[in-house]
Amino acid sequence: MSTLITWLRDPNPASRLQSKLGQSYLSWLRLRRNPLAMIGLTISLALVLMAVFAPLLAPHDPIAQELSRRLLPPGTAGNWLGTDDFGRDILSRIIFGSRITLYIVLLVILTAPVVGLIIGTIAGYFGGWTDEILMRITDIFLAFPKLILALALVAVLGPGMENAVLAIALTSWPPYARVARAETLTVRNSDYIAAVKLQGAGAARVIWGHVMPMCLPSVIIRVTLDMAGVILTAAGLGFLGLGVQPPLPEWGLMISAGRKFLFEQWWVATMPGLAIFIVSLGFNLLGDGLRDVLDPRSTSK
Amino acid sequence: MALIEIDNLSVTFTAQGRQVRAVQNVSLNVNAQESFGLVGESGSGKSTILRAICGLAPISGGSIRINGKAIATPRGKAFSRQVQMVFQDPYASLHPRHTIDRTLSEPLAIHGLPGTDQRITKALTDVGLPTNFRFRYPHQLSGGQRQRVAIARALMLEPEILLLDEPTSALDASVQAETLNLLSRLRAERGLTFLMVSHDLAVIDHMCDRILVMQHGRAVEELSRDALAHAEMKTDYARSLFAASADRMLEG
Repeated sequence: MSTLITWLRDPNPASRLQSKLGQSYLSWLRLRRNPLAMIGLTISLALVLMAVFAPLLAPHDPIAQELSRRLLPPGTAGNWLGTDDFGRDILSRIIFGSRITLYIVLLVILTAPVVGLIIGTIAGYFGGWTDEILMRITDIFLAFPKLILALALVAVLGPGMENAVLAIALTSWPPYARVARAETLTVRNSDYIAAVKLQGAGAARVIWGHVMPMCLPSVIIRVTLDMAGVILTAAGLGFLGLGVQPPLPEWGLMISAGRKFLFEQWWVATMPGLAIFIVSLGFNLLGDGLRDVLDPRSTSK
Repeated sequence: MALIEIDNLSVTFTAQGRQVRAVQNVSLNVNAQESFGLVGESGSGKSTILRAICGLAPISGGSIRINGKAIATPRGKAFSRQVQMVFQDPYASLHPRHTIDRTLSEPLAIHGLPGTDQRITKALTDVGLPTNFRFRYPHQLSGGQRQRVAIARALMLEPEILLLDEPTSALDASVQAETLNLLSRLRAERGLTFLMVSHDLAVIDHMCDRILVMQHGRAVEELSRDALAHAEMKTDYARSLFAASADRMLEG
């Protein structure tokens, strides 16, 4: 272990990999100093582990109905978080629901920020007409309320998990484009960009290899802070019946189903609500911590 | 025939409808393997001439020829193998998220040159840096070391002309001297042609065969090194500039 740390802290790394890992190790040390970020990281990791080991963790089949045991309160032996109106175990449904939540979050963060980053850096780098056109398109997308646009898209494409992801991705890229463009504007006139242009580099190489690495930290921070929003939008679509379809255990859908008995059997809607709250909080804390670690303005000195 | 011929060069920046004429009708010739200095106070347009040569400033009049041929716009790959530049601030001219290795291998990748490993090792040795610095990041280097990396980067493509934009003004005095000596040595070894900008006559006196004094975007007076050494200026401005840095020149 200690040889690994010496290797990571070596001031004269012998390869690109060692150099990169060494920098990551230093970032990790900075992140570890922030207790709130560590709580966020723990929650996020717990979500991932819960999703991976769902079949082992869940005490019941999340879809199996048992009408004789419907609407049992939390604390009942065998159903620690209670059961819903079809007698399904809420704890099991929340555990399996983490898979759907994570799947949606992953698909969205693999698409929206990438699109936003590409559009933003191209607009910022070229400026002029390219910038005008791309940014006006971005403005149009930004002008719509997110959930309404997602609703319209799902209405056209039809309900379902993939379409919900597509709708969320299509509505969440504009902020990333804005962030990336702002960051690009600050670096595009710097000497190191002038130097690589002077070496004969084309626009694609400059944008991909030199501008994007500078935009990446801000975008990553923004992504972690937005993950809570993505979960909430997905839950919102589920709640409205336009996202994931029953009987799949999606958290928003579960809240929607519990709404009917909110006053008498409060736990049916509250438990998945708590799950959404905790996971969103976790991502937000992690995002705040990452900002301290990754923000070039706070770490370069 | 001179290697770099600049005829009546004018550079005009347009900002918010206002026009700023940074360089007005400046002509100069730099011979092959010569070291030519541009001197003047801040805002005299000396750096702008270098940027105009590189295509980083808008040329509004006049012409620039290298080897008798007008330079192409945009500059293109042939130009980058002929002319390279060392920037003023070594803290701003190296990409903060690229290792030295990446910074130095980039020009080789762009031009598809083989033998990356040997070339990088040689480049580091040539500028007097230990080869185990190769995978460091710029923030792990001092200002002088960074400027050495910037010089190594400029020489990766083996250009014949090196444009130096106040290469030592951001460094402290002892490192300044080392860097200047390094540049002199590299010029002698490789037969480079320097076009160097500085506001410091002491630096110019140490480095250059001929100088052009500039003020407010215009050429004031051209001097040979002998004329500079014997303080034979014809214009008042050149004389006052000389007087301002004469003390330091005598020390050095």
